[in-house]
This record gives sequence, C-alpha cells and structure tokens, in this order.
Amino acid sequence: MSNNETLKGTSLWKDAWKRLLKNKLAVFGLVVIVLMVIAVTIGPAIIRMTTGYTADYVPTDIGEGELVASFPPSMAHPMGTDELGRDMLARVLQGGRISLMVGIISTLVSLIVGVSWGAIAGYMGGRVDNIMMRIVDIIYAIPYILVVIVLLSVFGGPNTPEWIQWLSSKFGGAGNQGLNQIFLLFFALGLVSWLTMARVVRGQILSLKNQEFVLAAKATGVSTPAIIFRHLVPNALGPVIVYATLTVPSVMLTEAFLSFLGIGVQAPYASWGSLASDGIQNIAVFPWQLIFPGVTMALTLFSLNFLGDGLRDALDPQTRKF
Amino acid sequence: MLSFILRRLLLIIPMALLVVTVTWGLIRIAPGNFYISERALPEAVERNIREKYGLDRPWYVQYGKMMWNIVRGDFGNSLKYRGQPVNEIIRRHFPYSATIGILAYLLALLVGLTTGIIAALKQNSPFDYGSMAVSMLGLSVPNFVLGPLLVLVFALWLFWLPPARWGGISSLILPVITLSAIYIAYLARLTRAGMLEVMRSDYIRTARAKGLDEKTVLLKHGLRGGIIPVVSFTGPALASLLAGTVVVEKVFAIPGLGNIFIQSVLNRDEPLILGIVAFLSILVMVFNLLVDISYGFLDPRIRYD
Repeated sequence: MSNNETLKGTSLWKDAWKRLLKNKLAVFGLVVIVLMVIAVTIGPAIIRMTTGYTADYVPTDIGEGELVASFPPSMAHPMGTDELGRDMLARVLQGGRISLMVGIISTLVSLIVGVSWGAIAGYMGGRVDNIMMRIVDIIYAIPYILVVIVLLSVFGGPNTPEWIQWLSSKFGGAGNQGLNQIFLLFFALGLVSWLTMARVVRGQILSLKNQEFVLAAKATGVSTPAIIFRHLVPNALGPVIVYATLTVPSVMLTEAFLSFLGIGVQAPYASWGSLASDGIQNIAVFPWQLIFPGVTMALTLFSLNFLGDGLRDALDPQTRKF
Repeated sequence: MLSFILRRLLLIIPMALLVVTVTWGLIRIAPGNFYISERALPEAVERNIREKYGLDRPWYVQYGKMMWNIVRGDFGNSLKYRGQPVNEIIRRHFPYSATIGILAYLLALLVGLTTGIIAALKQNSPFDYGSMAVSMLGLSVPNFVLGPLLVLVFALWLFWLPPARWGGISSLILPVITLSAIYIAYLARLTRAGMLEVMRSDYIRTARAKGLDEKTVLLKHGLRGGIIPVVSFTGPALASLLAGTVVVEKVFAIPGLGNIFIQSVLNRDEPLILGIVAFLSILVMVFNLLVDISYGFLDPRIRYD
C-alpha cells in the first residue's frame, strides 16, 4: 500500500495550485475576491443590525434647514450618503451582490453555450465546423448592445420565460418585474459573450481530437456526444477555466456600461455600474458618490484580472499570451 | 498574395449584407416600433404611418426593397432625424469619432509599445512589475469612471482643461486620454508578452551568435516577431476606435458616431441602425484584412496562397 502511495505523482491541478500560490499578485486577487464575496453576502445584514441602515432606507429626519441629503463620509456613513440620504456603504454592498452575480451567472451561461458550440464544431470538423464558425463570425460583427436590447425587449415584461421568473423568485423576488429584468440581463450578457469561448475551445479540441485516447474511445464504441463531453472537453478544461476567469470582469464591465447607458440594472435595484453612473451626475459637488462604487468595482475587477492571469500561468505554463 | 487580397475584398460585401440581414431580423423580432414611443396613436394615424413606410407590406417585400436599395449604397432616410439621409448623418458625425479615435490610437501605440518593450527587456525589475500593475489597473477602471474623474481633477479642481465639448486642441486631451487608457494597458501587456516569447526563440539566439549588437537584435529581429500579437489586436481595435466609443462621447459631449448609434438603437431608427452597422462591419473587416496582409511582411514564415 505504501508503495502505491509513493508512486502517486502530483496531479495537474495540485501542481497548478502550488504554482498559483507562488504568484503573490494572484493570491492577493484571490483573497480580495473571497473577502468581497463575504462582505457582499453578510455585509448588508451586519449594517442593518449595527446602524439600522439598509440600501433603500431613506431617512425622513434630516435636520432642519438642511437643503441636501448628501453627506460626505463620516463615522455613521463610512462612504457618505447619496442624494436621497441613503447610506452609500449599504448600497455599494447591496449593489455588489448584483454585480458579482452578473459576473458569475453570465459567465456560466457563456461557458455552457461557448464550450458546447466550440467542442461540437471542433470535433465534427468539415462543413459543420465551417458553418458553425461562420455563424460565430457574423454574430461577432453585430454590435452586442443591439442584441442585448432585443433580448431584453423580446423576453421582458409579460413575455418573461417561466424559468427566469422561477429563478428570480428563488432570490426573494417572486413576481417582481424588476428582479426578473435583472435575471434576464444575466442571460442576455451570457448570450453575447460566448463567442471567444467557442473559438478557444474549438482550437483546443482541434489539437486534441487526433490523439490516441480519442481513437481508443472510438474503438470501444463510445458515442460521439460522450467522446466530446466526457473525453475531449475535460482535457481542454485548463484554457477554459482561464478564459472564464477573464470573462467575469469583462461581463461586469459590460453590465456597468449598460447601466451607464440606462439599459442595465434599473432602480430600485442597483449595481456598482448603476451606482457609479448615478454618481457621475453629481460629480462636481458630491464626488464620493462616484468614487466609492467606482473604486470598489475597480478593485474587484483588478483582483479578478490578476487571478485570471495567475491561473493562466499556473495551468498553462507553456503559453503566456499576454 | 494579390489573389488572396482580392478574394477577401470580394467576400467583404456579402458578409456585410449578411450582417445587415441578421441585424434587420433582430430589430424586427423585438416588439414595438419606432413610432410608438410616447403615447398610443389613433388607429387611422397608425395605419397611415404604416402605409407611408411600407410596413403594411409582407416582410419579404420590405426586406427585398431594403436590400435592393442598400446594395446600391442607399440606406434611405433616418426615421427620427426626419428627412436626413443616413449616409449624410454618418458622413457628418464620423469625423469627430475618427479624430479622437486616431489620436487615441497613436497615443496608445506610442505609450503601450514603449512600456511593453522596456518591461520585457527588464523582466522582473521594479519597472516591469510597476508598469504591469498600472496597466492592470487601466484594464480594471471602467472608462465612464475614469473620464469623469479626469474631468473632476483637471477641469473642475485645477481648471487646466475644458471639461467637455468640441473646440480647440485642449478640449481633445481629456477624451483622448480616457479613450486610450484601456488600449495602452492592453498594448503594454501584449507587447511585453510577445517580446518575452520571441526573445527566447532560436532566431534571436542566432542573431546574437553572429555578433549583432543588442540594439539591432532587439529592434530589427525581436520587435518584428514580438509585435505580431499586437498587430492582430490593433487592427480591430483601430476599427472600433474610429467608429467612436459611446462612453467617451457621452461623458465629453462629443457629437460622434457612437452616440448616434446608441440613440438610433434606443429610438428603433431602423435605417440608421442598419447604415451604421454596415459601415462598422465593413470597417472591421477591412482592418482585419490589413492585419492579415501585414502578417506576411512581419513574419516571412506566414504565407497566403
């Protein structure tokens, strides 16, 4: 038995994990993201317990003669208040939930679509591959804003698919149109960001499909779908994970950009992007309303980018692209 | 080579038409119309509008008529900016976007390439770490946050530069910096990685072994290979820069094409959307072709037939 133990080499994943831990910036990124997720998950509850502020609590007792409700950062409001007097810290934490969920859910959608599309195109080859990749090229050329707006308007309002309503009811928004719209946005963003993933996966599959293990699988009578998804896709996972980590920040940026244009997350809900774009209105007078959500978002994206970079170096030490 | 270019050029038109078709389909799938924006119209008025714009005809008639006009280069009149031909609108607003786009592109090339090369040569030095951290920051700050912050500091606090609008060189500085920040960051990282990879390759060792001085090795041999990933990034990047970026145009109140495009999408201004989409897709495809051609010059191992 002990003989067997010594023969066990380190697996690819253990090796990669070791390399990742050596990369200080990647570890920094990982720590920040874990802290951010914890803060966003339990932060709003803690604030409500200690100070009584929530993301949408509008104070009614602003002092006599006060003309504005926006206060700079203080002990009671570490990030100041917004123009209605709501606590910015609570809003930033609450907004972080939506921003992080945008990142995660949209990336999952783009993973599922992109990986299947790329793997099928790569394995099938020939005409199927050609048609599938030309479709990708064409979608690439269509401005994604147009696609997002069309998806939001076709499936928005009364046409919201039931499973999206079900999903948003799981997050406490039963029958809530605003929340349905946000979940729709997650999927719309996922559906416009799978294109590069498909290309990455296809490239991987192309280089894998002529190897012996695929031939062996074919010889033992494994079905085509099983070869693709049980044998080929797991072997292409390294680049996929790396690319997925880099998709998260880019999707979050896209959401922020859409919110900036006024077609993303709508009031009363908020994300970091919509908070920052609200802050831009008052930038000359109340700069903290832009700076805090902006900096929180930048810090998160910064960490995600470093983590993605570190993962690439760890999983794929051969090819350092950029 | 020539037949390769010709074949690709010929492919651009059908590809653009295909993109226009898909875009048209997308616009038609979405519920609503350009004329039902504010309040419900009386039935007779709506019928007249539909008749005037040919919306009462079957979809294939509308599609055929539209494509026939587009093939001849006529995108028709905008529905929102009444009586203004789409071609005219694009011609009028494109120069603004192109000006800041080209300036931002040149700035990004200058700063990004220099930083990337120096960082690669001094790998693992403080300059390398510092510049890569700064460039990562550049990739992480959304430009609609960066733009207003720059305005806040340089226009509202220091009074050095105008905060917005078009007029004089000084009004270009902030938009160009905002626009180029993310490209500088990307270019610096791409150049560094490309250079690092090339400097380890055999032909660089050969160049060193035959006694060339370090500067020649670097600039004549290293840069040509190291710049290839940069070139494939900058082609499409230049196209999208020229086409105007919505955020910068919105933040600095510049009447560029990006702003017009977003407005047209929100207004459901079909001819204008299609015109801009066709214009953009041709721009992107032309630049991609230029990129592919330049590969041949940069790396003699790449051949087309």
